[in-house]
Amino acid sequence: MADSRDEPVLEIKDLNLSYYTRAGEIPAVIDFSLEVMKGETIGLVGESGCGKSTVAMAIMQYMGSNGGIKSGSIKFKGRDLNKMSDEELRRLRGAEISMIYQEPFAALNPSLTIGTQLMEVPITHEHIPEPAAYDRAVQMLSDVKLPDPERVMAAYPHQVSGGQQQRVVIAMALLSQPSLLLLDEPTTALDVTVEAGIVKLIADISRKYGTSQIYISHNLGLILETCDRVFVMYSGEVVEEGTINSLFTWPKHPYTHGLFGCIPLPTADKNAAPLKPIRGQLPLPHERPRGCNFGPRCDFFEGGRCDDKNIAMTSVTGSGATDHRVRCLRWQEIDYGKQVAHGEVKPPMEVGEKVLEINNMQKYYEIHDRSIAALIAGKTVKLVKANEAIDFDARRGETVAIVGESGCGKSTFAKVLMGLETATSGVVRHEGNDISQIAVRQRDTKQIGSLQMVFQSPSDTLNPSHTVGNQIGRVIKKFGVESDKAKIRERVLKLLDVVKLPRDFYFRRPRQLSGGQKQRVGIARAFAGNPSMVIADEPVSALDVSVAAAVTELLMEIQREHKTTLLFISHDLSVVRYLADSIVVMYLGQIMERGSTEEIFSPPYHPYTEALLSAVPIADPEVTKREIVLEGNLPSVMNPPAGCPFVTRCPRKLGKVCEDERPPVQMAADGHAIACHIPLEELRKIESVIKVPQLDERIHVKGTKETATVD
Amino acid sequence: MLIFILKRLGFMALTMVIVSMVLFILLETNLFYKGDVATRVLGPYVSAEQREMWREQHGYNEPTYKRYFLWLGHFVTGDLGSSLRFKGPVNDILWGRLWNTAILGFWVFAIMIPVSLILGILAGMREGSKLDRTISVTSIITTSVPEFASCVIFAAIFVFGLKLLPGTSGMADGFDFKQLILPVLVLFTYDFGYVARMTRASMAEVMTTQYIRTAVLKGLPYKRVIMRHALRNALIAPFTVIMLQINWLLSGVIVVEFFFAYKGFGALLLEASLNQDIALLEACAMVAVFVAVGTQMIADIGYTYLNPRIRFS
Amino acid sequence: MANATTISVPAPTFGAALMRAIKSFGLLRESWVGMIGAGLVFFWVIVALLAPLIAPFEPNAHLQPFARPGTAFAQGGTFWLGTDNTGRDILSRLIWGSRTVLFYAPLAALTAYTVGILMGVAAGYMRGWVDDVLSRVADIILSFPVLVLYIIIIATVGASGLNIIIAITFASAPGVMRIVRGLVLDLRNRDYVAAAQTRGEPAWRIMLVEILPNARGPLIVDACLRLGYVIITIGVLGFLGLGLPPPDPDWGGMVNETRQMAIAFPHMTLFPCIAISSLILGFNLLADGLREISLRD
Repeated sequence: MADSRDEPVLEIKDLNLSYYTRAGEIPAVIDFSLEVMKGETIGLVGESGCGKSTVAMAIMQYMGSNGGIKSGSIKFKGRDLNKMSDEELRRLRGAEISMIYQEPFAALNPSLTIGTQLMEVPITHEHIPEPAAYDRAVQMLSDVKLPDPERVMAAYPHQVSGGQQQRVVIAMALLSQPSLLLLDEPTTALDVTVEAGIVKLIADISRKYGTSQIYISHNLGLILETCDRVFVMYSGEVVEEGTINSLFTWPKHPYTHGLFGCIPLPTADKNAAPLKPIRGQLPLPHERPRGCNFGPRCDFFEGGRCDDKNIAMTSVTGSGATDHRVRCLRWQEIDYGKQVAHGEVKPPMEVGEKVLEINNMQKYYEIHDRSIAALIAGKTVKLVKANEAIDFDARRGETVAIVGESGCGKSTFAKVLMGLETATSGVVRHEGNDISQIAVRQRDTKQIGSLQMVFQSPSDTLNPSHTVGNQIGRVIKKFGVESDKAKIRERVLKLLDVVKLPRDFYFRRPRQLSGGQKQRVGIARAFAGNPSMVIADEPVSALDVSVAAAVTELLMEIQREHKTTLLFISHDLSVVRYLADSIVVMYLGQIMERGSTEEIFSPPYHPYTEALLSAVPIADPEVTKREIVLEGNLPSVMNPPAGCPFVTRCPRKLGKVCEDERPPVQMAADGHAIACHIPLEELRKIESVIKVPQLDERIHVKGTKETATVD
Repeated sequence: MLIFILKRLGFMALTMVIVSMVLFILLETNLFYKGDVATRVLGPYVSAEQREMWREQHGYNEPTYKRYFLWLGHFVTGDLGSSLRFKGPVNDILWGRLWNTAILGFWVFAIMIPVSLILGILAGMREGSKLDRTISVTSIITTSVPEFASCVIFAAIFVFGLKLLPGTSGMADGFDFKQLILPVLVLFTYDFGYVARMTRASMAEVMTTQYIRTAVLKGLPYKRVIMRHALRNALIAPFTVIMLQINWLLSGVIVVEFFFAYKGFGALLLEASLNQDIALLEACAMVAVFVAVGTQMIADIGYTYLNPRIRFS
Repeated sequence: MANATTISVPAPTFGAALMRAIKSFGLLRESWVGMIGAGLVFFWVIVALLAPLIAPFEPNAHLQPFARPGTAFAQGGTFWLGTDNTGRDILSRLIWGSRTVLFYAPLAALTAYTVGILMGVAAGYMRGWVDDVLSRVADIILSFPVLVLYIIIIATVGASGLNIIIAITFASAPGVMRIVRGLVLDLRNRDYVAAAQTRGEPAWRIMLVEILPNARGPLIVDACLRLGYVIITIGVLGFLGLGLPPPDPDWGGMVNETRQMAIAFPHMTLFPCIAISSLILGFNLLADGLREISLRD
């Protein structure tokens, strides 16, 4: 290892990248340097617009027509990529440097078979005959653990699932055994349990072939699981770099430190240790401040010093840090030990009477199948069981989370609650009234106003054609809270205060707002009619970490004030663990397990919950997890297994009984239900998936003590 | 796939039936046409007795629905009635004229398809380049000149100015290729721009997709990226557009044949209309709709075939 | 925040909307193609508005037949573009003819748009049988070659301004409907539509207030293109002798009346052709410019 470490595979020095627009030159990446050694995996982490993907595109020398490399060098095995001809670059791309993309479906050509797209790589670069290329491709497909590689070779991209598409893209990138692999958010578009499989595959590959990797992600947890060294980027600059252990244990830059305060780590708690959002928002590229880009949002900002001139990277010494650099003038002066890493402590909420009662609710859709086979068999109508036997309660002031991956039926469930669909059978009682059969147009204003929703996508949640004031005002008028024009406006302005937006946003249009601000308006709109219950459908999943924390905290603050019941729909167990009082775990339309948050996160588990817990990346190097990687894909809702829905992927499958019979609902405790054939006693014996060390066992606590004694 | 084709055929048949009903209502009833149908069909210069006799003979004193089915029956069995203006069965005139128009259409398509596809692909390959702007603006200009205007302009240049080509295409002394040039040129000029622009848009869109980026970053030669990865996807949309262009051509030939006195189907249809030659007009309209619906069907089936995402779903 | 209870309220009314419209029109400056298009359209609008002031002669007066361009008229004035076979001044007829086309074309496009938008929004938003019926009707109308459809309609109901507008509406509305339907199918899945549904808004309000305004971008571009087609159609109908009844000047009709003399007196047909082409070109270039700008941000 020692001799190969001498020569880096990739060496980037003082790189500056810019985009050239009508408005002028916009620096995208500033003063970027990086070295990748053989077999090393480098993580680039940062929020949207920080320039991490631009770096990858610059390495590929594919900046588009309006982007350009302003200065600096990118040396691959000693040769400067910036100075290569198109033909030299072409020979390098796909052969020596390969890339894996965020959206596998978009990255594959829809009208060519997967086989054609794979085989052309070795044919182009190594000029081998077609049969040899075919064999190589089949071999590679089985190396990335795709079942039935021959079938996949003949298939078109749309005929395989998302996880399989990503495996195909990985196979394509590895076909010519490149020395460097660039991975641009390779799992962001995938479900958590599928993501876990891909992450493991990528790690195995890098070990097997000794490939160097640059792993780009917004998710600190994923970076921790996959990388050796990490670069934290903020607004076009690297603000901190170091080995995983050093940086995650002793973050030095206020931004890095702040990020950890925004992530719902297992140590965070909504009452005892709430998230501490970073104030403000990311500066737009052409509005960056002088000096430190993070200055306006930094708690340690010192006027006249931090905003004086550009800040260089300096090496961090002491407190166990190794190979660690930071772009901060004050890193030695800041003592994070004295800083509270979390927000103010709040008293726990009191939970009141039952607001929502759901009893054996079912929602089936009819799908008309018009294929010849269906016509002959006489089965033209197919039932899709989007929700099957949904059972749970929610109390006043309680936060109930519904967790599940795509196709688990959580959105259908929300639609039934909101009255956009009516249930097929069962009872949904909201404040005593059964609303399961009442569509929204039949509900009275009071009923509608008392059950409102916060939507997922910030880009979609507000109507681009109307002002913020009009959109909130319409809700107030519609629900009859106020009818006088002046009073409506007064109330809208008050709501803007509540969601901490400036009052002159009243006249703004959505496109003048950032993602976080739009979600705030969405929250104001949901709370405008004084609802007793709010459904939040992944309200922060599309937001950047630092912004998401602020929106999450805001949502809970308003909930606390109004004693609202919150139904939080999410795929992210970390967020759910942080804010929910009780959790419902769903899979393919059915409830697998439900109980209080504590009960869900400790044994006995449903095997699916167990896998889900293991799959969620945690950005804390001292938390240990038991590794459970699920085989296979999520089955289609159209065609679920006959017995237990989880049977096709369950690592603890008993046998035929799981395939044929619906699992019984077993009560592990009052309110803790598990739908599984495995006896409770067996399930109780299972070890905890996540182990969180006690505070006094932690390295950084010990570390600060040591340095304290040294000083 | 078979079910799909059968469905399209069924839809085509249904469309033809509905169109025939609409035609019948418009042309042979008093619902929209204010006036005497017998006068309309026979012309103004016949006596009241003749009109009454015609009415009796053609069952016009029968209920409307009965007349419609009678009429439809004749049509389906190939009896298209007789033309008042040409004083003979419609069958004798129609098919020869249609053949002439087919010759005209063949040449227009034979020139237009390669030219517009090549120009569209060249423009879309490098969006925003000088070549792209030139091709785009040129095609906007040519599609902005209506066919009758380009007839006049080309006639002014080639007939009046350069005295190179004949001003009419009556083909009185048998087929003369020279007389075909101006009609083809006019139709080509008006139509190619639209196809070229659609091809350009389709190509430009494909060039910005992520799978083209994948292909480039795989290290494929540029030629292969274009020929193998881009064209395949970029030509799906223009295929449909070209098929539907036949529909536009049916409109275009009316103007061009009228201007150049070319003895084709378009001129016949117009003549039938201007002379209230109902049987001929009905036959021409049905043929036109049949051609239009038929090409539409081929376009739909072809689109499905070219698009694996639909073919294998 | 407490001190901000009284916030000055600029009235975001008609004035503001007008300012926005002017501002977005100002964006056209960044596309020279769009500027030329806007210039051509603006030129003809001004000509149409000022027709009585700038036309040198009475458009229907028979003054001096077969005058070549530039011929001086004995009773004063010059036939800058010559006269036609019945002695009417071509320039004056062109100027007055712009009024005809700029009156009928936008009116026909407007009615086609109103019908098409209502059909398209209903089909796209309500789906189900409404969509099935409307889409089938549209398919059938669109399966007619356009000009054949016009010829049959005009042959039945006769040629008049009103009938031309009805015929154009009938033939164009299905095309508009298809575009609107496509846009609505996309827009109806947005969260703000779901938000409106979950607060119990009536369907008409969701269609017209929540969805339709967000489809305006592509629709404005399409409207410019379609206006071009409508002008072509009116011109072609005039050229085929199925247009507006004489004697009022109509560009297509002017070509029809003089096309027999095109070889000997090309000026009679050439100038109306250039006039109509330039106006259509104006709308097409304007549409291209608008599209280019809308793609930019």
